[in-house]
Parts: sequence; structure tokens; C-alpha cells
Amino acid sequence: MTAARDLVISDLRERIAALEGEGNRKVGSLPFGVPRIDAVLPGNGLAFGALHEFAGGGSGTVDGSAAALFAAGVAARTRGPIVWCLTRPDLFFPALAQVGLKASQVTFVESDKEDDVAANMEEALSYGGLGAVVGEMVRLPMVTSRRLQLVAERTGTMALVVRRWRRQTEANDFGQPTAATTRWRVSVMPSEDLPVPGIGRARWFLELLRSRAGECAEFCVGACDDQGRIDISARFADGQDKAGRSRYSG
Amino acid sequence: MPAAKAQAVFRGLMLIDADPVADSVALDRLGLWALGHYSPIVAVDGTDGIVLDTEGADHLQGGELPMITGIVNLFRAKKLTAKVAIADTWGAAHACVRAIKRDTVIVPRGEIVRAVEKLPISLLRLPEKVVQDLRVLGFQTVGELSNTPRAPIALRFGPEVGRRLDQMFGRMSDPIDPIRTADLVAVSRSFQEPIGAAETINKYVGRLVVQLVAELEKRGLGARRTDLIIHKVDNTVQAIRAGTAKPARDVAWLTKLFRDRTEKIEPGFGIEKLELIAVSAEPLVQEQKASSLVEEETKDFTPLVDIFANRGQRVYRFAPFPSDIPERSVQRVSAVAEQSDVWWVRHWRRPVRLFDRPEQIQAIAMMPDYPPATITWRGKRHRVRKADGPERVFGEWWRTPNELEAVRDYFVIENDGGERFWIFRAGDGIDPETGSHKWFMHGIFA
Repeated sequence: MTAARDLVISDLRERIAALEGEGNRKVGSLPFGVPRIDAVLPGNGLAFGALHEFAGGGSGTVDGSAAALFAAGVAARTRGPIVWCLTRPDLFFPALAQVGLKASQVTFVESDKEDDVAANMEEALSYGGLGAVVGEMVRLPMVTSRRLQLVAERTGTMALVVRRWRRQTEANDFGQPTAATTRWRVSVMPSEDLPVPGIGRARWFLELLRSRAGECAEFCVGACDDQGRIDISARFADGQDKAGRSRYSG
Repeated sequence: MPAAKAQAVFRGLMLIDADPVADSVALDRLGLWALGHYSPIVAVDGTDGIVLDTEGADHLQGGELPMITGIVNLFRAKKLTAKVAIADTWGAAHACVRAIKRDTVIVPRGEIVRAVEKLPISLLRLPEKVVQDLRVLGFQTVGELSNTPRAPIALRFGPEVGRRLDQMFGRMSDPIDPIRTADLVAVSRSFQEPIGAAETINKYVGRLVVQLVAELEKRGLGARRTDLIIHKVDNTVQAIRAGTAKPARDVAWLTKLFRDRTEKIEPGFGIEKLELIAVSAEPLVQEQKASSLVEEETKDFTPLVDIFANRGQRVYRFAPFPSDIPERSVQRVSAVAEQSDVWWVRHWRRPVRLFDRPEQIQAIAMMPDYPPATITWRGKRHRVRKADGPERVFGEWWRTPNELEAVRDYFVIENDGGERFWIFRAGDGIDPETGSHKWFMHGIFA
């Protein structure tokens, strides 16, 4: 009985997936290597060929440094060259090198206008064969995000958008819907305690605000290590952050 | 001055016969050099000049003034004196450049009349005989000549005088016939009926690229800089230039570079001829690709770099630079540069965002080597919960002598909310020679 039902359901799933993704959609995902996070995401990881959105929380909305480093950690775990589109060149590459990106791997494309960032990202995504395309953007309207998502679907390249506002008040924009497959908010938290004076491993509060066909969740994680991996922070390993709140899933 | 008279004035004067043939050959060489560097449309102007149409090409050199100053300086470095003028028309530029005492002049748009009215008529590109006859009639300046009724002059000297005046003031077109060398790889296509639609232009550009690539392949070359010259029905010429970061002989790559900018073409009344020229080409040898079962093929993404660069975006990579001072430890290199994987220091924390100029903050700290207890940055007070440091950085006296004693002490601090900042104190905390002992915010960690 159950076996037959499983068969029917999996058959239905396949047919729906064939309807949704036109043509030969490249499937696959990039797992975080953290079972609890991967379990929440459909496909057990960040999907390739999709748009993912990251924003900083708290005072990090203006500089977006945690969001940028988180995106860099994801990009570092993909294969192939990375294109990073931006307008404000204040990234300090040694920090990105510390999460596993190689200097010879990342090409920066700096433009004067905000609109060019989206156009450049689209061009890089449609080129194919890249590991990931990262863009730092102030505004991400529905139309732009939809275009990026469609191009990413076509070539199977991962698109990562780091939202970066100029003022704290502009950050309300993050409430607007976009076509991104997942949306994350990364906020900094006090670092791990060391037995001696000093700063331990940085920790982030990771909120999965939206995940297409998945649940929302929040995690407290240790920041990216030298290979771009995050892990669930030791203090929260007892599961107190496990209660995923499904505010607007789907 | 006759040679004998000059020899009498200057003792030991060396005389060399004029060699007009060698001069014109040298001028041609100079024109070809300018063709590769400044503009797709270059021609020799008279016996002593070169004319360039730099419309739409000056921004590559940083604007009109930097471009012409650069030209003058290039010549001066070779102990030659060059004069450069920019004006709306060939005629005006021709006259101005031969009249000025300075090295450079730029005639603003629409100011031609004011610029040339006092210039002598000998600068009008007219035959010597006509100029002398006009002088006999009392004409000295261009202004006087242009204010005179045309009909009597045309009756006496022919239409040439009026034509030159009109060309100078921009009332008549004055096309520049660009020079080309024999070894330039060029293909062209003339149309029986003028074309104008974007799709048609795209189609023919695609065909020209195929022809050009075949031609390049025959000679074993790859294009570095390619011009698309568009001849229109009304005898005007437009040029589009596309550059590549590496020698290219790939149809899809080159086609994409031009199709991206089809919208910049103004067909006007129609295009009667398209010409595609590889202005600068470099040897490109055939390469054997390793066909192995296991090895992952990495896709060459130079074409993508070219697409960005031709759109006017800045494309670069970062590379380490041997310096302890954070802002000097990274340098931008070309996106196609061969890069060795040298690493920055990996065991010290580095901020994700580094400020261009460190921002001054107020800090309360125990001297000489404790981190601050509180800091005030952009009007907001942060209590320091945890801190790491100091990391001492010394000035680089081999760059500037006033950095001989300079010291910066960097601290990583974390406030109550978990925000982590990179701050430094100018000076070592003891010796006022080493710095002002003020505190600065330099970066933000994740």
C-alpha cells in the first residue's frame, strides 16, 4: 500500500518538475554540509541554477559585510571561475581569501550605475560555465530578479545577490517580494568565548526568510572557515533554534 | 632665406637636402601608429600633418584634453615638437593648429567663427596661386573673405574658395578618407540598396565577421582591435571599435562584441557600405587541446571579459602586493593576467569591507598597548566587549621619507551586539614621533 503510494507520489513529482522547468533544467544543489540546514532546504542544499538573496541584519544592512562573506563562502565551494559585480569597490580581498576564494578565480566587474550590475550579472549568468555570479545591489525589483532567476535556470549557474543599502531606512525594501529561490538574512552575533582574552570564531544568526517549496528556519552558525564552510554553533547544538517558523513559505 | 645667406649668418651651419619622399613615408608611419592608438579614422593632412576623427574615441584616453596633452608629451619625449588642435571641422582644426603658438588648443563646439576669423587666408587649404591673387585683391583674413559676397569670387576663382570656407564652418561635409596599410586585414560589403534595419545590419555584420575570421586564419593572426566602419548614403562615416583582451579568431566571440552595440549605429538615410577591419592583430597559433577522459575542461572566459570591457565596465582581479600596510597589500591586475597563487597572510583576521580613508573615532584607551574600552564612531558609542591586538604595522620609508618613523597599531574589537571592527591608533603609544596617537576606524568584519 505505502510502496504503491510512494511510487505514485514520486511519479507525480517528476511530472510536476518536468512541467515547471522548461527543457533540460540542470538539477543539483550545493549542500552546506550541516545536516540541520540541508534538511530544511529542498534538494538538500542551495540549488544550482537559481537566484539566492542575502542581506545583512541589524547594523549590517549598510555594510552587508556578513552577507558578502556568507555569499563568498558559498561561491568558494562551487567549481569554476566567479564573477563579482559591484558598484562600490570597498571589498578587501584578503578577507575573501580567508574563506577559500582564490585571487585568480574571482573577476570583479565594477560599474558606475546600479542598473549595470543587474545587466552584467545577467550577461555572466548566460555565458555559462561559471561557478557562481555574485552581485551587490541596492534594489532588486521583481522584474530584475525574475530575469536573473530565468537565466540562472537556463545555464545552471548559481546567482547570488548581496543586498546592500545606502541607509538603514532603505532596508525596508527587503520586505518586497522577489523571484529569488531562497532569501537569507545574516546578522552578526557575539563571537565564541575563548578561555583567554580575545575574539573567538565569529558567529552569525542565519535566517532563512523564504525558500521556494520549503520551510523557513533560523540557525545560529559559526562563520565560514578557510574553505567557506559554516557549522552549527556549539552552544546552540541542543536544538533551541530548531523551531522553524513558517511565516510565508512557498 | 636662401642657403647662402643662412650660411653667412650662422658659422658652421650644416645643410641637409629636403627629402619629401622620406618625409611622407614617415608621416604615413605616424598615421598608422595613430590608427592603432587613437582613432579608426586617420588621414595624412597636407605635407606636415595628420588628421584624426576622434569623435567617440577620446573617452578611451580619458577625454579630449588628456588625449592631446598625452600626444604632445609623447612627441616631446622623443625630442620632437608637435602641435595639436581639436575643432568641429577638419578645416578649422587645420587652420588653428598651424596658427597657434601654444602646443594644444581645443575649439569649443560652435565657436569656429570666432576662432578662425582673424586667421590668414593661407590656412584655407587653397592652391598657392589663388591665395596670392586673393591677397592682391586685399583679402588678408578668413573673416574678411567669408563676409564678402560669394558670386564675384566664384566667378573669378571658381567654386573652390566657397567650398573650402563652407567646409571650415561645417556647412558642407568634409569626409576623411582613412589610410589603410596593405597588411591590414579588412573585408567589406557594399549594398545595392541602402540598409537600415537593425536585423539587416546584424546579419551582414555576422557575415563580415565570418569572412574576416577566415582571412585572419589564413595569415595565422588573431584580432586585438577591430573596427566596423559604416559608410552612409549622405557621405558620412561612423566607426565602432571593439577590443579584445587576447588575440581572437572566434566567430561567435567577435560577432557578439559588435551585435552588442548595433543600437549605437545611426543609419540615417541608410547604410551603403559596411567595412570590417582588424586594425591591430597579433599572431595566434593553433593549439592542440588535450582530450582526456578525466581532466575537467575549464572554459575560457576571456570573451566575457571583452563583453564587459567594451561596455565600459572596469574588469579586474586582485593580486597580492608585498606590503604590510593594508590598503597597499592588494593591487588590481588585468582580468586575463597570468596569476601565481601567492597568498596574503592567512592567520590574522582581515575585514570584509575596508574604508578608502580611515575615519577618525574617539576612543578611551589605556596607553600604550591596551585596546580601547569604548569608542565613538559616526556619533554612536560602542562599548568594547572583546578585543585582539595590537598588530603593529611600520611605515614604508622606501616609498616616502615621512613614513620613516610612522607606526600603526591595529586592534580587532567587538562590541556588545557582536559587531566587529578594525581600528588602529596612529603611533606606538609612547613616542609622539611615530604618530598623532589618534584613533581611526579602518574596516568592518563579518
